[in-house]
Amino acid sequence: MTYAIEAEGLVKIYPARRGSSEVRALDGVDLVVPEGTVLGLLGPNGAGKTTTVRILATLLRPDGGSARVAGFDVVKQAQDVRRAIGLSGQYAAVDENLTGWENLYMFGRLYEMPKARAKARAEELLEQFNLTDAGGRTVKTYSGGMRRRLDLAGALTGQPHLLFLDEPTTGLDPRSRLGMWEVIRDLVRQGTTLLLTTQYLEEADELADTIAVVDTGKIIAKGTADELKAQVGGERIEVVVKDRALLDQARQVLGGQAGSEVEVDEHTRRLIASSSGGAQQLVEVVQAMGEAGIAIDDVALRRPTLDDVFLTLTGHHTADENVEESA
Amino acid sequence: MSALQTGPLSDSMVIMWRNLKRIPRIPELAIFAILQSIMFVLLFAYVFGGAIPLPDGGDYKEFLMPGIFAQTIAFASATTAVGMADDMGKGLIDRFRSLPMARSAVLSGRTVADTIYQAGILVVLMLAGLVVGWRVNNGLAAFLLAVVLLLAFAHVMSWLGIWIGLSVPNTEAAQQLTFVTIFPLTFISNVFVPPAALPAILQPIAEWNPVSTLTAATRELFGNPNPYVGDGFPSQYPILVTIGWMIVLLAIFAPLAIRKYRDASK
Ligand SMILES: Nc1ncnc2c1ncn2[C@@H]1O[C@H](COP(=O)(O)OP(=O)(O)OP(=O)(O)O)[C@@H](O)[C@H]1O
Ligand SMILES: [Mg+2]
Repeated sequence: MTYAIEAEGLVKIYPARRGSSEVRALDGVDLVVPEGTVLGLLGPNGAGKTTTVRILATLLRPDGGSARVAGFDVVKQAQDVRRAIGLSGQYAAVDENLTGWENLYMFGRLYEMPKARAKARAEELLEQFNLTDAGGRTVKTYSGGMRRRLDLAGALTGQPHLLFLDEPTTGLDPRSRLGMWEVIRDLVRQGTTLLLTTQYLEEADELADTIAVVDTGKIIAKGTADELKAQVGGERIEVVVKDRALLDQARQVLGGQAGSEVEVDEHTRRLIASSSGGAQQLVEVVQAMGEAGIAIDDVALRRPTLDDVFLTLTGHHTADENVEESA
Repeated sequence: MSALQTGPLSDSMVIMWRNLKRIPRIPELAIFAILQSIMFVLLFAYVFGGAIPLPDGGDYKEFLMPGIFAQTIAFASATTAVGMADDMGKGLIDRFRSLPMARSAVLSGRTVADTIYQAGILVVLMLAGLVVGWRVNNGLAAFLLAVVLLLAFAHVMSWLGIWIGLSVPNTEAAQQLTFVTIFPLTFISNVFVPPAALPAILQPIAEWNPVSTLTAATRELFGNPNPYVGDGFPSQYPILVTIGWMIVLLAIFAPLAIRKYRDASK
């Protein structure tokens, strides 16, 4: 099997700055992405996702380890790597004072296309991303979703076989997110190899063949979405009871129905249990609570989130990691 | 095949094209740059000018305008610094660095575009100068040489601007840092007053200051009143000293700028 991306022991240390000590952003990251597949890099704020992408896209030199992208060394053969990849960074990097068309034309020319080809490609991309009507307006007037799409179009200008997308849907509303997923799926169908970062398990699940979970610069788990979910325990049922005094009784009811261990949060009067019975089981839980005379404030069937994955894999919540970050 | 359609030169042209396209889309920038210079013209030509006698006589407004041109050109570095810091902040530099383009093009394309932009500003200021009474008295060839000197100086300042723009965290800092470097240079000089009027300790600075020598060089070429400090080398050969300054400044700041760009996100 040929790998589009192979990284071994990547280390990145950001030097100390005024008022902060040095940051070991990557601490030995290994990755392989077979050609034509999608790897989802899943992790909370500050995990090292962007740093990984920037090293693989030749924007940043690693302080340790090595990586080959499209068969080229990211340090020694950076220009060859650049020819082979497309990158859409975490924040849309397009020129606000140019029109959509001008941005794409400029990228085409810088991807070594002759003028006529760059023009044709710009039009093609505007069409593909539903931006034809807005193509003549300066990007300043675009919405966040339109900028994101234009940024992705920019990354595709050189028709790369290998694409890096850093949090492509963060900040998009649910409808734009679905639209972006559709665009990404299309690219993958055409055989593009993709490395995508995200903070949402759901998104990795939707788009990725393999998921690598990153935490504080290390890959702490790798596998398909199903494998990870199996570790985490699939869906959960959450119940919030009205009366704190009935918490214990409710725990027995929920545990009996779900057949699994129940997590209780006294303060919020919330009970959580993993469940394999889906909506049907949810209905049964509600009925059983009613029969036992336990009034309910809220009830939900919840898919596991990144936070649940973390809790299972590391024993702590993602938020714990970020206390120092947000300070 | 299409040798001129790709490669470092073509990449530079594309970046230049992009930077020139932006200018009319952000008209505030050019308008403020011009208004600021015109304010100085009005302030000194009509408010302070009457109180500043020239040693050998001569018209203060003719004396003033070449100084204003030189001052404006020295501030070309601010335009470049702010533009570069902006590109950096908006992630465009990262985008360019991820493309298979010539790295030098991002810098050379910008410095050339900014020089063209300064040429436009210079035209407006010269017209304004003609309105207030500035005149060119030495013929076309000398006039053109003065313009070439001014624009070459703008180009050098633009490399200084790149270095500043890539060294600071944001556009505000880029703006402020260039102002605090350039303003003293334009005040401790022959731009607004005959240098003999400056305190003695400042006179050597005013004598060798590149803004002074550029001003003196263009005054000489335009045939405008040109009182200078003493009769040292800069006073006798202002054109030569200005060219020397440009070579030195370019030799310092172009490599610094290129190195900064290469390490922009280490
Ligand atoms: N230029 C920098 N200088 C110093 N520290 C940095 C720099 N860039 C990132 N870091 C630190 O490196 C760590 C990893 O950052 P990175 O941006 O890779 O995380 P991320 O997973 O992309 O996070 P997010 O989800 O917030 O985008 C963080 O602790 C961050 O504070
Ligand atoms: Mg990130």
